Amino acid sequence: MIKEMICVACPLGCQLKVTLDENDAVTNVTGNTCKRGVEYAHTECTNPTRSLTTTVKVEGGRLPVIPVKSSAALPKGLLFESMSVINDTCIKAPVKIGDVVVKNILNSGIDILATAPIDVCN
Amino acid sequence: MKGRSKVNSTLKYDLVVIGGGPAGMAAALEAKKNGVGKIIILERAETLGGILEQCIHTGFGLHYFGEELSGPEYAHKFIELVEQSDIDVKTDTMVISISKERMVTAVNNQDGFIQIDATAVILAMGCRERARGALDIAGSRASGVMTAGAAQKFVNIDGYMPGKKIVILGSGDIGLIMARRMTLEGAQVKMVCELMPYSGGLTRNIVQCLDDFDIPLKLSCTVIEVHGTERVEGITIAQVDENRNVIDGTQEFVECDTLLLSVGLIPENELSKQIDIDMDPITSGPVVNEMRQTSLPGVFACGNVLQVHDLVDYVTTESQIAGLGAAKYISNPNNDDSRYAFTKGGDGVRYIVPQKVNINSKEEIKLYFRVADVYLKSKFVVSVGDEVLIEKRKQKFAPGEMENATLTLEMLEKIKENDEIVISIKER
Amino acid sequence: MFYDVAIIGAGVIGSLTARNLSQYNLKVALIEKGNDVACATSKANSGIVHAGFDAKPGTLKARLNVEGTKKMADVCKTLFVPFKEIGSLVVAFSDDEVETLKELYQRGITNGLDADSMEILDRQALVKLEPNVSPDAVGALLSKTAGIVCPYELTVAAAECAATNGVEFLRNCGVNSIKFENDMFILSTEQGEISAKYIINAAGVHSDDIAKMIGDNSINITPRLGEYALLDKSVGNVVNHVIFQCPTEMGKGVLIAPTVDGNVIVGPTTVEVDNKDSAAIAQDALSNVFKSANKSVPSISMRNTITSFGGLRAHDVTSDFIIGSSNANKKFINVAGIASPGLASSPAIADYVLEILQSIYDGELEKKSDYNPSRTEPIKFREMSDEQRRELIAKNKAYGRIICRCETVTEGEIIDAINSPVGARDVDGVKRRTRAGMGRCQSGFCGSKVMEILSRELNVPINEITKFGGKSDILYERTK
Repeated sequence: MIKEMICVACPLGCQLKVTLDENDAVTNVTGNTCKRGVEYAHTECTNPTRSLTTTVKVEGGRLPVIPVKSSAALPKGLLFESMSVINDTCIKAPVKIGDVVVKNILNSGIDILATAPIDVCN
Repeated sequence: MKGRSKVNSTLKYDLVVIGGGPAGMAAALEAKKNGVGKIIILERAETLGGILEQCIHTGFGLHYFGEELSGPEYAHKFIELVEQSDIDVKTDTMVISISKERMVTAVNNQDGFIQIDATAVILAMGCRERARGALDIAGSRASGVMTAGAAQKFVNIDGYMPGKKIVILGSGDIGLIMARRMTLEGAQVKMVCELMPYSGGLTRNIVQCLDDFDIPLKLSCTVIEVHGTERVEGITIAQVDENRNVIDGTQEFVECDTLLLSVGLIPENELSKQIDIDMDPITSGPVVNEMRQTSLPGVFACGNVLQVHDLVDYVTTESQIAGLGAAKYISNPNNDDSRYAFTKGGDGVRYIVPQKVNINSKEEIKLYFRVADVYLKSKFVVSVGDEVLIEKRKQKFAPGEMENATLTLEMLEKIKENDEIVISIKER
Repeated sequence: MFYDVAIIGAGVIGSLTARNLSQYNLKVALIEKGNDVACATSKANSGIVHAGFDAKPGTLKARLNVEGTKKMADVCKTLFVPFKEIGSLVVAFSDDEVETLKELYQRGITNGLDADSMEILDRQALVKLEPNVSPDAVGALLSKTAGIVCPYELTVAAAECAATNGVEFLRNCGVNSIKFENDMFILSTEQGEISAKYIINAAGVHSDDIAKMIGDNSINITPRLGEYALLDKSVGNVVNHVIFQCPTEMGKGVLIAPTVDGNVIVGPTTVEVDNKDSAAIAQDALSNVFKSANKSVPSISMRNTITSFGGLRAHDVTSDFIIGSSNANKKFINVAGIASPGLASSPAIADYVLEILQSIYDGELEKKSDYNPSRTEPIKFREMSDEQRRELIAKNKAYGRIICRCETVTEGEIIDAINSPVGARDVDGVKRRTRAGMGRCQSGFCGSKVMEILSRELNVPINEITKFGGKSDILYERTK
């Protein structure tokens, strides 16, 4: 089977044609300009990942939410469930950039970290 | 962090920076690094950081820091440096006028009415989004129509959803990012419509914001009417031809409760117009030289107010040039052995910044430019008259991706005063 | 809830009438189905105070237009509403049209205008006044007494004055039915039952529906949609007068005029519509507006548009105002069919309605000793000198925080707009009173801030703040 995809490893966005065998293993990649395209094709077909950025509820600060990001790219299939976990979380001000908001989210080994600081506000 | 001042007295600063976003902060820090004494940043929002505060997605800083940061993280690297310096900052402060003599008038609700006599001024006011009023969209004035940036602020700063069933007009990065953001927060983004036959955003965003969520991208498609008396109930879309006119018969009703507009950014030059500086009608920003000085000596411009950028990394480097330029001006305001050549966009190139370059520059000069269309397997050529200075091939040029070319000192020697430096796109 | 007089409709007519009645010891209710005053016709029209040569002689329109325009300057001055007597020019493009100009001139005289307030100009004189006028223009009728006013500012001012003098403003109070029992009207409204001895029907496009509620079928409103474009202040000087084209049976046609705030208004188209509650503009509206307008001034362009909108005019089939005691019930006064020149006539209409009420009233109307014909002068930071601004901010810091950058509107002014008598309750209400959101960025920067201030001042969650009341919600739930 041939799968088409756009490589996002760099801004070029090469149109890839990826051949998969009957076990869904990648046997061939064409359309790429460099080897990063081949790597991307492999990852996308076996274990696609995406970094997640969103906000989390915070108490005691000037604003009701602060932005967060995943410490590494999460398995694509876990995105919406991760959102649920984050939306059920509430943290307290003060918060620093890099503070862990959710540790080892959904057993992925990946943390959710604060990406903006917030002070305590009266 | 607000400086204290006495109401009714004029303050004196070497440098006033209008805007505390990434442009203003980088410019102020660079000016400080180059010896400027009294610097103040005037920012109208409640915090420094500019628009980055609400750009919670990652992708910032790949070039400048070698890291992939979110907007707030990128901004905070500079906010920390500003806070550690002796640069004064007034937030929640609106500059209401500037004069040709570089008298800056601002107001806030702590100090009241502020007047600052500045030796140099850096304009770093950023840009605004094009609004519905500037588009010819028929229908009612129901609630539920807003710019993508306004929606971004509601979601990421205020913590509220501005809609549930969404259509986005405009496939620039802001529209694409919001498609993903709204979907992750539980809304249904039904489609992204794009007037042009190609998307204005990064391919990466098409994949990660649309394809990932099966959100259709409709090219050569626009919104022509909004329905609903109180809140939006739906919109009518239509296909357009190569002249961007509606093709009759292609109209289609789409049910939704929200229309987000991501249809262009306009540099915010209201203050610049007050001092009558030369403006470039294509960038909608001031005409500047290689130090980012405008046509009024001592007034500099950088960041989105000068030209709309795609990468904040380039905003930082551009603003550092302006900061350095301001520092040089402050230490020696009357120095001007500059002799200028002018840049001009040739075939396929919409504009070039800076619009004029000093051929006596002791440093090499980077020219930033944007192409007019998508060009594949082409090259850009920098030439003066018949002489080709630079030729560079690329797989792909796109309007949404700013390019640059460096004039070395060797090349500058070949350029004479009043020469036209042309950049054009040619087939390989 | 019992009142002496219930005025149905809080547009410019209802509000000026309420102001007039508030001079007397009467319990008056100003009832409005929308969330604010001036939320229908009165917020979306050309803002022109016509001189009065256009209306058909002998009609109420003719008489009240000329009277109203004469009274406008005083009323506006008393209420701190800007009024600019900039004059109007009806432009002719052919010899036939020049003949029309002469007819209009004569009609003006018949209607009571001073001969020296009007002048027929040749092309040379026209171009001196209006350098941007079309090269095809051959002449014009200059009318010096025409002017411009902001119609919703006038409405708000009149309503504030009325409220200060004791009139009760009832919003979200649509009238569903009216009974007449024991010499009293019982109005069944969205806010419950209201009884009143007299009713003044100033319900705009719905005035025929209201009249029918008491069995009066004499009014027949055809809503006429007018579509407008508003141009950026940077082209504010493109014309100096109100520029008209020669009138046709559908009306005065497309005009180009400065607004009191420095924009330019272009329009209206005239489209008969069925839906009385929708002023949605059609797909070809803007191009139609400019096609027509470019005939007079070729240089204005859609590119300068900062916003466009529609407004419904309450045109009655008789083509005249219908003002008088209803034949179905003497104590029910109709003020209907107030299409153009309704705004210009409004001060005179309010006086006429008072006269009618006086003539039918059981007993004597007693004047109040403490009637205040004015209102608190609104603060306009954008119009102040640096010295005035300094003093203002020193007195109250809220005026030091600028919320709307494009129009230079301060937090203090927005707070005033919400807390004044007949205050704003929604984003559009704040916009109409302060201009926040009317600039180039069209509330891109200030929109969320205005909502925050409304939420704080009205003590409601920010997602309950609407654009203009009803179901015009802006925000849904919290994200977390």
